[in-house]
Amino acid sequence: MALLYAIATRIMYAGILLLAVIILNFGMMHLAPGDVADSISQSMGGADEEVLNEIRATYGLDRPFIVQLGSYIGKVLRFDLGYSFFYTQPVSQLILQKLPATLLLVLTAQFLALIVGVFLGVYSAQRPNGLSSHFVSFFALFGYSAPVFWSGLLLLIGFSLHIQWFPVAGMRDVTIEGNFLEEAIDIIRHMVLPVITLASIFLALYSRLSRATMMEVLGSDYIRTAKSKGLTDREIIYKHALKNSLSPVITLAGLQFSAVVSGAILVESVFSWPGLGTLAFESIIARDTPTILGILFFSALVVIVGNLLTDLTLRLVDPRVRTNG
Amino acid sequence: MTDPLLSVKNLRIELNTRDGVAPVIDDFSFDLFPGEAISFVGESGCGKSMTALGIMGLLPEGVGKIASGSINFAGEDLSSAEQKRMRNIRGNEISMIFQEPMTSLNPVYTIGEQIAEVLRAHQGLSKQASWTKAIELLDAVRIPNPQARISDYPFQMSGGQRQRVMIAIALACEPKILIADEPTTALDVTVQAQIFDLLNDLRKQTGTAIILITHDMGAVAEMAERMIVMYAGRKVEEGPVQQVIDNAGHPYTQGLISCVPHILEKLTAKRQMLQEVPGIVPSLRDFGKDQCLFASRCQYVSEKCNNTRPTENKFSSSQTVACWLTESIQ
Ligand SMILES: Nc1ncnc2c1ncn2[C@@H]1O[C@H](COP(=O)(O)OP(=O)(O)OP(=O)(O)O)[C@@H](O)[C@H]1O
Ligand SMILES: [Mg+2]
Repeated sequence: MALLYAIATRIMYAGILLLAVIILNFGMMHLAPGDVADSISQSMGGADEEVLNEIRATYGLDRPFIVQLGSYIGKVLRFDLGYSFFYTQPVSQLILQKLPATLLLVLTAQFLALIVGVFLGVYSAQRPNGLSSHFVSFFALFGYSAPVFWSGLLLLIGFSLHIQWFPVAGMRDVTIEGNFLEEAIDIIRHMVLPVITLASIFLALYSRLSRATMMEVLGSDYIRTAKSKGLTDREIIYKHALKNSLSPVITLAGLQFSAVVSGAILVESVFSWPGLGTLAFESIIARDTPTILGILFFSALVVIVGNLLTDLTLRLVDPRVRTNG
Repeated sequence: MTDPLLSVKNLRIELNTRDGVAPVIDDFSFDLFPGEAISFVGESGCGKSMTALGIMGLLPEGVGKIASGSINFAGEDLSSAEQKRMRNIRGNEISMIFQEPMTSLNPVYTIGEQIAEVLRAHQGLSKQASWTKAIELLDAVRIPNPQARISDYPFQMSGGQRQRVMIAIALACEPKILIADEPTTALDVTVQAQIFDLLNDLRKQTGTAIILITHDMGAVAEMAERMIVMYAGRKVEEGPVQQVIDNAGHPYTQGLISCVPHILEKLTAKRQMLQEVPGIVPSLRDFGKDQCLFASRCQYVSEKCNNTRPTENKFSSSQTVACWLTESIQ
């Protein structure tokens, strides 16, 4: 019951937030120089004032602001994000085409970074002055400060050009077709380098954070109690300490959902990964406003859903969150 | 007389500090007999907790270590025992409860799990059996409605209740020794009396020997048969509680006792805590010096006190005191 209530309130907040994003998007569309009529006429190769006004009338651009806003909200809620005259297809369709590739890339990278990062953090926290600990600190700093395009390019040069282990670009090899297993292996081979590149940023964050929280947790009174009970090191670390050190890492991972677009834009451009990031990049260059706004709306949606999931995961990990509603 | 259950001999525990290595416990010896209750008293920072942690093999890693001496437990020297053996002893034959009930339980597991876990670790009980036993233990430490409370998390309990849970964990495997390190310092006065009552009753039932570390002279009088007064990492006086209170040999003990007007008052809400003797406790850096460390605060100080560490002398039949003054008296 408490859980249902909590979920309901979270969803309500999420709805309000989403509405705010939609209104903001609409405002930006209005502020941007030129309107839909301009871009249509541009794609037709120019038009005179009369034609422009005609287009404005058909698209309702001559109606009052509030009415336009209302109909825009209505459309977005029906997942109608407008039409891209640059790609000549509906924006929502465009996004849904590109979304799976990005989700595959980002979620794999997140998951990998989370598992490896927490493990590295936990391991090095046990020997804060050991070699492995210094290695983690150095590695984390390196991963965090090295620009994505640089480390991505370096990996490309190393493992695609010199040692030809992995393909240079794209997500699949068009010559491989038919057998599901072969296709899957092909996609995985394409994924390795972009996933490593993207994961290295997250990995740096997670390993540092989990090292810090783990060290704090290991010094706490209840760990002393666990030791005084005669538990094994494994039980002490992976049962008593780990669960307590997870909350900050999960919170951070939730915040990183916003990297779906920002991180992906760079990585996807370097590896020509056919996802939302590449789409965003292209549509910005082309000044394709409906697509840009569609992507903005969509990334907001992803962030909000991500935060919702984070909240729910935190409730699983920490009983205190569970009862405080 | 029976053999002691625990016999600590010439224990020296060293701490790494910024100013170098300091002997936080310096040439400390005592015996604990089966079923007996003794008490460590002394001001904050004199090394009571360090002694307890040293016995448990839980000195802060990389900071503290046993430099010399022995901790003989039932014919075995714990100071050189392997980690695996120590894990077998901890929580099973020697248990400890701590000063901080609010933070000593793991916030993300139910108290039932935290009690049951120690039973599974040492007695090989199944999940089901350990849970049933945990409910019994919760009942034994007088938590009402144990069946329901067993699934509570620590944050749903008061400080006194949490300390009861700690006691349940500590006594789950019926240890031979319970070390209670200031078990009531963080609790309010009425709850303190209840916890001591509980410990006393459980002790009668189980015959567990107790080392009680406390600032509470009333509790010492009520709970313990013998007391050991510590000062700056050393034992300054030892003897039967009543005898020491009636006739303290060391000026420091005299000071402690005169601070508490009604030591022998019953365990009620009104009794007094140990108060400080005027003057400052020496800093850790001075702990190892070959002199009486109490000299700077002592009204009877003489030349010798500042030059040589006092030896332990028999003060009466069963009382020993480490003070040059008492030597000259005899
Ligand atoms: N982890 C640690 N690292 C360094 N020094 C420590 C550590 N823990 C305790 N000490 C020092 O060791 C000395 C003895 O501490 P201990 O905790 O044994 O005192 P205590 O007699 O239990 O005092 P209290 O009554 O306040 O609990 C103190 O001077 C303290 O500063
Ligand atoms: Mg202490």
